[in-house]
Amino acid sequence: MGELRLMKGNEAIAEAAIRAGADAYFGYPITPQSEVMEYLAQEEPHKRTGMVLLQAESELAAINMVYGAASTGKKVMTSSSSPGISLMMEGISYLAGSELPCVIANIVRGGPGLGTIQPSQADYFQATKGGGHGDYRLIVLAPSSVQEMSDFVKLGFELAFKYRMPVMILSDGLIGQMMEKVELFDQMPRATEFDQSWATTGKTPDRERNIITSLDLDPNGMEKHNLDLQEKYKKVVASEVRYELIDCEDADYLYVAYGSSARICQKAIRMGREEGIKIGLIRPITLFPFPYDIIGEYAKKVKGILSVELSAGQMIEDVRLAVGTTIPALHFGRMGGVIHSPEEVLEGLKKAFLK
Amino acid sequence: MNEEIIIAGFGGQGVLSMGKILAYSGIMQNMEVSWMPSYGPEMRGGTANVTVILSDDRISSPILNQYDTAIILNQQSLDKFESRVKKGGLLIYDTNGITRHPERKDIRIFQVEATREAARMGAARAFNMIVLGAYLKVQPVVKIDNVSRGLEKSLPQRHHHLIPMNLEGLKRGMQIVKEA
Repeated sequence: MGELRLMKGNEAIAEAAIRAGADAYFGYPITPQSEVMEYLAQEEPHKRTGMVLLQAESELAAINMVYGAASTGKKVMTSSSSPGISLMMEGISYLAGSELPCVIANIVRGGPGLGTIQPSQADYFQATKGGGHGDYRLIVLAPSSVQEMSDFVKLGFELAFKYRMPVMILSDGLIGQMMEKVELFDQMPRATEFDQSWATTGKTPDRERNIITSLDLDPNGMEKHNLDLQEKYKKVVASEVRYELIDCEDADYLYVAYGSSARICQKAIRMGREEGIKIGLIRPITLFPFPYDIIGEYAKKVKGILSVELSAGQMIEDVRLAVGTTIPALHFGRMGGVIHSPEEVLEGLKKAFLK
Repeated sequence: MNEEIIIAGFGGQGVLSMGKILAYSGIMQNMEVSWMPSYGPEMRGGTANVTVILSDDRISSPILNQYDTAIILNQQSLDKFESRVKKGGLLIYDTNGITRHPERKDIRIFQVEATREAARMGAARAFNMIVLGAYLKVQPVVKIDNVSRGLEKSLPQRHHHLIPMNLEGLKRGMQIVKEA
C-alpha cells in the first residue's frame, strides 16, 4: 500500500506531478487552484527530482512554455481556473494542432467573465467541445475525489503520450479545496518511458528533421492533417471511455453526474432509497470520450434520467444524444458558485419525474 | 459509524485546523474522512466554517445541508446552523459573546466556556483543542490516542513542542463541558 496522507485536491495534483516524474510545471496563480503552485514551491521539486517549477508572467506565457517544453518530448503540465483557462485557449488549440502531449488541470470556478471564486461545472462545453479554434479534441478526465486528483495526473500523462494530445483534468473548487485521504503512488523516474521519436531533441545525421508546427499553408496538406487528427480521436473514442456505475442494477431512475456533483448525487441516492425511490448513478470519468453507449443501454431500463451539473445544463446535451427520445432526460443544477445540496438534488429528481 | 460535523466561528479561532486534526485522528483510526472548508472573502476576518465527515464507509457528498453535530463558536454561526442540526443531533457552543442562546428542544445542547478556559490556561492557542475535547467527551468518535497521533501528523515538526499544551487543552475541554 502506498503512503497515506490527508491532502487538498490541489495539493494532490501537485504531489502527483512530482511523483509522475513530470519534467516541468508552468503556471500562474488564480483562486481556487493556487495551492497547486504553492505546494510545489514548498516541496522544491528541483531538489526532489530535478523537475522545473516556474511561475510565468501570465497564463499566456505559461501555456506557451508548456508548448515549448512539450515539443522536446518532456512531461509538462500546467493548471489554472476558468478565466485563466480561457486565456490559455489559443495555446491549447496550438498544442492540439501540433499533436503535443501535456496535462492541463482546470479547477473550475463560477463564470462567465471574472465570475466568482466558488465551485462550478460550467466549463464543460469549453473542455469537451473546443474552446479554442479548429477541429480538435482534448481527452477530458473528471476526478470526483482527492484520490482521483492524484491518480489522473499519472493517467493523464500516459494518455497524453499514448495519443500525443493534450489531456485536461476538469475539476472544480470543491474537489480542489477539500481534503480527503489519499494513497500516493510511488515516485516514478523522470526519464520518460514513452516514444519520443517525433520530438525536437536535436537532429542526428541518421534521421530526418522533426518539425513541430500547427501551420500548413497548403489546404490539401492541412486537410490530410485534420483527417489524421480525426482518425486519432476515433481511436480515443473506441478505447478510452471510462465511467463508474453506482446502484444502477435495480434503479428506476438515474442521475448522470461527474466530479463534485457525482459525490452529491450519491448522498441523494441514499436519501431517496430510504424513501423507497430506487435511484442509481452513471458517473462519466472521461467527458471526452463521453460514455454514450452505457447511458443509452440504461435508457432502455429506467423511467427517467436527470443530468446533474453545477451549470445551466451543458452535459445534458450529450446525455440527450445518448438517451434519444424514449424516456425523459432533464437537467438539474445550481449556478454561479452556488452548490446544490443532496436534498435539492433529490427534490429535483422528484419534481422531474414523480410529481 | 457516520458522523457529519460542522465547525463554525470567526476566522483565526482555529476552526479549520480543529477540523484538520479531527480528520487526521479519523485517518489514524482507519476511517474515511472528508474536510471541506468555506473558502473565499469570508475567510479574511469574517466567519469561517468547515464540514468534517468521519465514516466507516466511503463518503458520498462532502457538502451537506444537515449535520449530526454543530460546533459553534460565535453568534452568527449559531444563527446560521442551529436549525440545520438533525433531530436528536448535538450542538456544542462556547457561550462567549453569545446573546441569543440556542432554543431547540429536539437536540442535545452542551456548553463549553473555551474562551475563558484558554485565558485561564494562559494559552489562547489551546482554544480550539478545548472545544475539541468538549466534543470528544460528549461524542467519543475518535480515541484520544489517535488525536495525539493526528496532531503529530497534522502539525509540522517545528510545532511538535506544542503538542503537550494541545493535549492539556483537550483534557480541560473534557472536564468543563456541561449540558445546557
